[in-house]
Amino acid sequence: MTDVDAAVAAAFQQEWGRVVATLIRMTGDWDLAEECAQDAFTTALARWPADGVPDRPGAWLTTTARNRALDKLRRSKNEAAKLKEAAMLSEPPEPADTGGSGVTDDRLRLIFTCCHPALSLEARVALTLRTLAGLTTAEIARAFLVPEATMAKRLVRAKHKIRDAGIPYRVPPAHLLPDRMTGVLSVLYLLFNEGYAATSGAELVRLDLCAEAIRLGRILAGLMPAEPETSGLLALMLLTDARRPARFDAGGDVITLDEQDRSRWNAAEIGEGLALLDAAIRHRRLGQYQLQAAIAACHARAADPADTDWAQIAALYGLLREVTPSAVVELNRAVAVAMADGPAAGLRLIDALESDGQLAGYHLLTATRADFLRRLGRLEEAAVSYRAALDMAATEPERRFLSRRLDEVTAARR
Amino acid sequence: MRYMLLMLASPDGEAEPDHSVPESDEPCWMPWYQEMIARDVVLVDGAQLQPATTATTVAVADGETLLSDGPFAETKEQIVGYNVIDVADLDEAVYVASRHPVAAHGGRIEIRPILPG
Repeated sequence: MTDVDAAVAAAFQQEWGRVVATLIRMTGDWDLAEECAQDAFTTALARWPADGVPDRPGAWLTTTARNRALDKLRRSKNEAAKLKEAAMLSEPPEPADTGGSGVTDDRLRLIFTCCHPALSLEARVALTLRTLAGLTTAEIARAFLVPEATMAKRLVRAKHKIRDAGIPYRVPPAHLLPDRMTGVLSVLYLLFNEGYAATSGAELVRLDLCAEAIRLGRILAGLMPAEPETSGLLALMLLTDARRPARFDAGGDVITLDEQDRSRWNAAEIGEGLALLDAAIRHRRLGQYQLQAAIAACHARAADPADTDWAQIAALYGLLREVTPSAVVELNRAVAVAMADGPAAGLRLIDALESDGQLAGYHLLTATRADFLRRLGRLEEAAVSYRAALDMAATEPERRFLSRRLDEVTAARR
Repeated sequence: MRYMLLMLASPDGEAEPDHSVPESDEPCWMPWYQEMIARDVVLVDGAQLQPATTATTVAVADGETLLSDGPFAETKEQIVGYNVIDVADLDEAVYVASRHPVAAHGGRIEIRPILPG
């Protein structure tokens, strides 16, 4: 790769979303915006080798894309295009309207529009990756294991709905912001989790989606520094991603948190995550992402698993349960309580969860029961639960992990 | 933009008057109506409809007009009314719908943008 190629690639990473976001505001036309942004990058590849990389690549790309859009609209015979052209020529570079947030960056308008609740969740995720992160339709299709044509259709439908149903291109006003913020954060977190643990199949981590989610999280946290949950989510993703190098053994099997080689954790990501979390917590407005990040931080701070502050983790899960009541949170609290107060205490919580029935058929509930029974020395019952969990587990590595534990308890009984 | 709000509710809901609120001569949609007027929402048209048993669905196949007796959706819910509104965008339309008494009483409201004509 030449220096210029590298400069264009870097500009693409940093500027794609901004160029598209600005062009959508100027033209009101998502397809035209994408097309012209693409053209601008192609022009950069052709011109930068001779002309040199401009001082402000982003501004150069935006201007080039804008001129391209004007050009296309001018050549069109269509009346609507003429109106758009006139509107574009009178459009200020940044409008005065700042939504409820006081921020004017076009990328915020873009992300809030991509994550509008009137779009299906799938559409929100795809649109965010395409327009803001600049992934190609083929890349997004691959990441979500659907045919490219399906993904293309999904993107077209979403863009048409935005246009035809009158979904506004803006940062929502203050009274809608908290709800809409939650929606945006959940799309980014879904993206991260989708990358971190595929729900089925042999390939457990899809790195690109984790990296994209973190990149988008950085943009959002940078644009909305006064919203502690944006930093909380970024911290959570960084602290979780830091463990990635230690999560699998050479055979692709899962290594549990307590057995991971912690020297392989990504220290830079942990450092950044902890700093972000500390800054977020100082706002004194706790939310689910800050709490989850705080839990991840308890693990990140323990160089040895034995040093883990399980009582603190159990207390954090207690707070999390109040913010987002969920049976999965309660299951995690049971694990922490078992570590802090012993497996018998954890098992009592599991019993309560099982009689509640919400997690019926969830292999991790049964696997957790098996684990507590194993630690209590009730090996026969543990074996029964491991077998049941094995029947429910969806991925190969998880199944291998459970079979290994099952072999251990059956061998110990002999 | 103009939107049509289609009010979907289960007809059994209509039969059971809500006795928790004191009886009043004011129609249940009056507070909503007044709030929307104050908000500058343009209520173009709106009405309550006859029950779905009176509905006829029209379809045209191979040039032939086919009529069927009943509403188009075979669910427990029926379209019980509609409003045509003129507002800035979908967010405002969602707000108008979310404030409507049908939504407050467990019904659903389908929002359909009207093609500019």
